[in-house]
Amino acid sequence: MTIFAPSTPAEVLSTVQWAAAEEAPVEILGHGSRRGIGRPLQTEHTLDISKLTGVTLYEPAELVLSARAGTPLAEVENLLTENGQQFAFEPMDYGPLLGGASGRGTIGGVLASNLSGPRRLKAGAARDHILGIAAVSGRGEAFKSGGRVVKNVTGYDLSKLMAGSWGTLAVLTDVTFKVLPAAETEVTLAVRGLLDDAAVAAMALALGSSAEVSSAAHLPERIAARVAAGHLGSDAATLLRVEGFGPSVVYRLEVLRNLLGKAGPLQEIAGEASKTIWRDIRDCMPFADGAARPVWRVSMPPSEAHHMVMALRMQAAVDAFYDWQGGLVWLSMSEDDPEAELLRGLIKTHGGGHATLVRASASHRAALPVFEPQPPHLAALSARLKAEFDPKHILNPGRMAPGSSSATLPQSTEAAAP
Amino acid sequence: MSGLAMPKSDAETLGRRAEIVADMRIIVPGEGVVDTTNEMRAFETDGLTAYRQLPLVVVLPETVAQVSRVLKYCNERRIRVVPRGCGTSLSGGALPLEDAVLLVMSRFNRILAIDYPNRTVVAQPGVTNLGITNAVEPEGFYYAPDPSSQIACSIGGNVAENSGGVHCLKYGLTANNVLGIEMVLMNGEVVRLGGSHLDQEGYDLLGVMTGSEGLLGVVTEVTVRILKKPETARALLIGFPTSEQAGQCVADIIGAGIIPGGMEMMDRPAIHAAEDFVHAGYPLDVEALLIVELDGPSVEVDHLIGLVEAIAHRNGSTTCRISQSEEERLSFWAGRKAAFPAVGRISPDYYCMDGTIPRKELPRVLAGMRDLSEKYGLAVANVFHAGDGNLHPLILYDANVPGELDKAENFGADILRLCVMVGGVLTGEHGVGVEKRDLMPEMFNQIDLDQQMRVKCAFDPNHLLNPGKVFPQLRRCAELGRMHVHRGQLAFPDIPRF
Repeated sequence: MTIFAPSTPAEVLSTVQWAAAEEAPVEILGHGSRRGIGRPLQTEHTLDISKLTGVTLYEPAELVLSARAGTPLAEVENLLTENGQQFAFEPMDYGPLLGGASGRGTIGGVLASNLSGPRRLKAGAARDHILGIAAVSGRGEAFKSGGRVVKNVTGYDLSKLMAGSWGTLAVLTDVTFKVLPAAETEVTLAVRGLLDDAAVAAMALALGSSAEVSSAAHLPERIAARVAAGHLGSDAATLLRVEGFGPSVVYRLEVLRNLLGKAGPLQEIAGEASKTIWRDIRDCMPFADGAARPVWRVSMPPSEAHHMVMALRMQAAVDAFYDWQGGLVWLSMSEDDPEAELLRGLIKTHGGGHATLVRASASHRAALPVFEPQPPHLAALSARLKAEFDPKHILNPGRMAPGSSSATLPQSTEAAAP
Repeated sequence: MSGLAMPKSDAETLGRRAEIVADMRIIVPGEGVVDTTNEMRAFETDGLTAYRQLPLVVVLPETVAQVSRVLKYCNERRIRVVPRGCGTSLSGGALPLEDAVLLVMSRFNRILAIDYPNRTVVAQPGVTNLGITNAVEPEGFYYAPDPSSQIACSIGGNVAENSGGVHCLKYGLTANNVLGIEMVLMNGEVVRLGGSHLDQEGYDLLGVMTGSEGLLGVVTEVTVRILKKPETARALLIGFPTSEQAGQCVADIIGAGIIPGGMEMMDRPAIHAAEDFVHAGYPLDVEALLIVELDGPSVEVDHLIGLVEAIAHRNGSTTCRISQSEEERLSFWAGRKAAFPAVGRISPDYYCMDGTIPRKELPRVLAGMRDLSEKYGLAVANVFHAGDGNLHPLILYDANVPGELDKAENFGADILRLCVMVGGVLTGEHGVGVEKRDLMPEMFNQIDLDQQMRVKCAFDPNHLLNPGKVFPQLRRCAELGRMHVHRGQLAFPDIPRF
């Protein structure tokens, strides 16, 4: 077993070329903060990019930042904070949920797992903020895509293709992100005591108003006590975040108060306290209990998700809370069984969406599809794409889909040779 | 279009034209097949009118099943297909080929669902961009990306081109506002990417499809995010003695944490052309004019107007008007929105470019353009999406003067080379199409282009869908598929290993 720890893009290239020549599968690793997500890998070798570090370009006035893929996210976020800027997509930290330390993870990993947070609702995910990349494909070819300007339609958007590809198509060496000014003021309005149904209606009303709500989450009774060190108390809390310039925030909170004043008791939470709540929601702290019970991350149409949860509860004991206006459901199973088929079946009958088994034992992750299985045509298309970028299956093989499915794909490129 | 090489027509396909037309009539009965030269004339060009070509046949399907059957038929017989929405591409993305079926999606013109609680609209691809906003306007909603052709351009075409618009600095491009699509692959398979939920399972194929210029698949349904209309909008009209000062003002506005709904710049020739045309009251003694629009609740807009005004003053603005009414705001925009026809008035023809640059390079690029203007003996006027660095130089020429179109195209190519040289890109929102196809190597090396073509191979291995666009030279997928690897030593034997 060899761990390669390159510190330059050229060394990454040379390592992947070696692996491609030897047909030696490698695990692509940054800090390992999300190593527990996906099918367990069984590779002899590891390509550790955590030495490939450094911010290579940061021009706040141009709203752009480039860094080597192994640069710690925490370091980049500190730099942005010093300049009054941020990643608007609010990348979550899986550390606490997966039983690791918080504050770890690389900037390349942010893209490879397409991270986002509560502001996803308004600002998008990592995919919406990536401007350009440099990477090495499984063929051992160093390539670039995109650029360093925010508006660019030159050629296919391979940068987006890297988003959520979990290191299975190419090894990122450089990423360029769009950055945005951090909000001057942040206040959260909490409506207390709502049941899921009423909470989802309240959130839809708020998002359909001119209050420009940037995040909307619902923490059912008891779950509410598990964020912000219990400061919220245990009554259900439907949380609406309003961000921007002071006078605007004051005005928009008034809009929300008028809209929701009759829905339930209202509470305003400002500044650091508000930030703490959203950070805890972002990082799924209510389920970061050090246990290994399965946790699902489910994305669905906001008005449908709680119906699905209700139906699920008829057959399995679960804890749930909601982000993204109700469309993102975090589910913690009370038993060891992830109930994958049951859950995914219910999602299909409730407007569609997808479920990712973000926390589970290695044996469950080996036996069950961690990522939502795709319909046959789409799965075949994805497998063809994987084969184009990594024909020898050396990059994180099997992490997203079992290797066997890619082995069955028509080797169109090779077979079609004249 | 002087030197534009398109893929060589396939004689066998041309020879089987009658048979193909007859088969198309079986798949798409009724009025859906157009094959007379006269009727096909309407489809021979798109928004890039310098290029014209009659297609093999025009097919206007009405159902997804028909699209699927047409593509499958053509795939099996190796017949090329060019998809077309409303034909407004400014880069020749929908330019027909002599031996290709032109697949026109304009009959897919229905809005299928409006869901206010989830803020989504499901539309067929032929619905116009503005048609979506019109459908949801009564409830106070709108669809944010607003390309200037929004009256005419289709949402399916917007997906193909990843269209932008004046408001995309704040609200994002098409890619950031589309949640899902249904599409048909060249082999006839129908796949859905995303939906009315956020993010997709698996690879971000939706992200790849958006801006793929009709080379990967044919979009048959689009789900978009709609937003509540901002309560109000006001604009500032600010004049500067130099473009440097205007550029610094833009940087300072963003540096102050303000992301305006729109931020446009015009240079002296553009200001004069626009003012002569619409009499918007633009100052004529300035080198650069900024329009900064702020939208949101009026308390916020008023607050930010004050901040922007102070920033403009600090940067040496010589005029600064603030709109006091909706009428006045629209008058500020009237000149900018009429900039293209205004330039069309002072010149028989103009050629619109679309590079993007890091904003700080603006003075250098404008100076470079002045030099090029002298070299080619052609005038140029500039409008500029100042917030995001997207330049639209308008090159003035006369197509009736022999050689002048070539000159204009060469001038344009030099401008784009300059954009790339300063760290920018060839196209910000109009697409590569046929227009900038041969300039792709200015930005990408062969390995970069190979990776993009490999995506194409996964979707359309026979290169049948919209060939001749985007890529200077399409390499055979078989050739791209070969691995060139050398067993043996690492080139860097000193990489730390543990």
